[in-house]
Amino acid sequence: MSRMIVRRLLISLAILWLVSLLVFVATLLLPGDPARAILGQQATPERIAALSQQLHLDLPVWQRYLDWLGGLFTGDLGYSTSTQGSVNALLSDRISASLALLVAAAVISTPAGLVLGVWSAVRRGRGLDLAVSGVSLVIAALPEFVIGMALIVLLSTTVLRLFPSVTMVPPGQPVWWEPAQLVLPVLTLVLVVTPYIARMMRETMSEVLDSGFVEMARLKGLPERVVIVRHAFPHAIGPVAQVIALQLAWLAGGVVVVEFLFRYPGVGQALIDAVNKRDIEVVQAITLFIAAVFIVVNLLADVVGILANPRLRTQGGTQ
Amino acid sequence: MSETIAVPLSAEVNRPAGLIRRAWAFPQAKIGAVLTVVVVLLAVLGPLVAEVLTGYAPDDFAGKPFKLVGIAGTDNIGRDVLSRFLDGGLTLLFYAVLATALGVLLGAALGMLAAYTGGRLDAVIMRGGDVLLSFPCLVLALLAIAVIGPRGWLLVLVIGISHAPRIARVTRQATLTVAGQDYIRAAEMYAVPRWRILLDETLPNITGPLLVEVGLRLTYSIGYVASLSFLGLGIQPPAADWGLMINENRIALVVQPWGVLLPVLAIAVLTVGTNMITDSLASAASGARQGSES
Repeated sequence: MSRMIVRRLLISLAILWLVSLLVFVATLLLPGDPARAILGQQATPERIAALSQQLHLDLPVWQRYLDWLGGLFTGDLGYSTSTQGSVNALLSDRISASLALLVAAAVISTPAGLVLGVWSAVRRGRGLDLAVSGVSLVIAALPEFVIGMALIVLLSTTVLRLFPSVTMVPPGQPVWWEPAQLVLPVLTLVLVVTPYIARMMRETMSEVLDSGFVEMARLKGLPERVVIVRHAFPHAIGPVAQVIALQLAWLAGGVVVVEFLFRYPGVGQALIDAVNKRDIEVVQAITLFIAAVFIVVNLLADVVGILANPRLRTQGGTQ
Repeated sequence: MSETIAVPLSAEVNRPAGLIRRAWAFPQAKIGAVLTVVVVLLAVLGPLVAEVLTGYAPDDFAGKPFKLVGIAGTDNIGRDVLSRFLDGGLTLLFYAVLATALGVLLGAALGMLAAYTGGRLDAVIMRGGDVLLSFPCLVLALLAIAVIGPRGWLLVLVIGISHAPRIARVTRQATLTVAGQDYIRAAEMYAVPRWRILLDETLPNITGPLLVEVGLRLTYSIGYVASLSFLGLGIQPPAADWGLMINENRIALVVQPWGVLLPVLAIAVLTVGTNMITDSLASAASGARQGSES
């Protein structure tokens, strides 16, 4: 089993390396001279030459790639042309702000999805089950900014005025200095993610509840609560872990739109800014960061899947 | 569930006509179809009737910004909201359909090729897909837009390409179950060329799972195109577009909500509609395995 985990880890590293190559090569497609594209048509040749040197555009491609990759390993993410500073300085606070959003959304949506899923599975075909599947069918279809706008209309501006729709952070303060402004962004992410988890949990749990060992446990006279919590639930969690991870990994991307919508000072908003200003090194750093989060979460999911699979646990991991 | 029952049922379900007939039996298919048709008609006929109905072309100035005059008021620079709303759905729909078509064509072709050929080509195609899958679709699109700029064709290309590996996975799985069948072997014995086997023998038998994918990817494509326009990186001003309208008018949500509410509702109804159809297709496709649940 540990050999499987190591193998999976190596695959993840290989994919991460290929992703870094893709992110780097994409920027080579920049039409024309990048320095001219950044400075505009009126720039003098001297300024273009100076910027080219600053961005190391005069070096061969492979050396630029190695320099860039080496910089990533040593924690130097590059130079931001729009803020005239290092990418590190731009991102340091934003990464923790975005992670706060992700963690809050994950911590709320995972148990909520699991509980709703189990509950629906236990009461299959009854009112609550139908309500949950109906609502999740609708919410799962909506793009995240539509959900966010609906929440703003309902809870922030037109109907009720409970929470602020714009995040405002005084310099030097962490975002969570006023928790009320985290409510709407987190709620949007939770609403996007929970239906998928609930749905998957319902399906897996339904199958488990129909299986022989659950019937056996019931026939032994165990109370239904024990049957569900001790016998059925652990068997359903393995396959669902994959879906949860996929959804949490999705959060890494979905956070971009949500941050833009609520003007939340995280990496997502920085990415949109950088794309608008064509600040390429910032775009590279953030896309790679998001991809890395995505890959790590997926890796964790597969490891949980391997650990939760009883067949792999006993076989000693030959397969 | 026994194998003897599952085989004839799934054979029928894998044909498009049988699948659609079964899917139509679900109530959400009919609701979804109605919702989708309403918004599609609005988007397609809207540009034709916008000026007649409101008296203003989508780019005409109708008055001061954010005033509640006319039916739905004015937008951030004083253009008629209803006129722009009627004009703003067609491009979104067009891009979403093109991106879905591109993704399905690319994904289905690669998936079938990977499954049928196997070996090294299979590994290369699927691992290449894994690399693309480690970007959320929207982030991949943003990377491309940062390099090339917000262009319509780029939206279609990037969204299509990011759908392809997901569709390839489903297609590959479906093809693998078909590849060992006798009629494929028979075709191989007659030395039918590979592309004919894939096109004439394999494709008709995997349309069931493919159709579900088409619905799912169309829903996502609509969401992605609208999201990118909302971010200001998709369809560009001064074009009228639902995603863009929401971004342009959201600052005045309190005084003039129509510029946000109308496009939000249209996008919501459209994606919910397509998702309901997809859901019924998926239920119909898995219904053969599940037995009679509904």
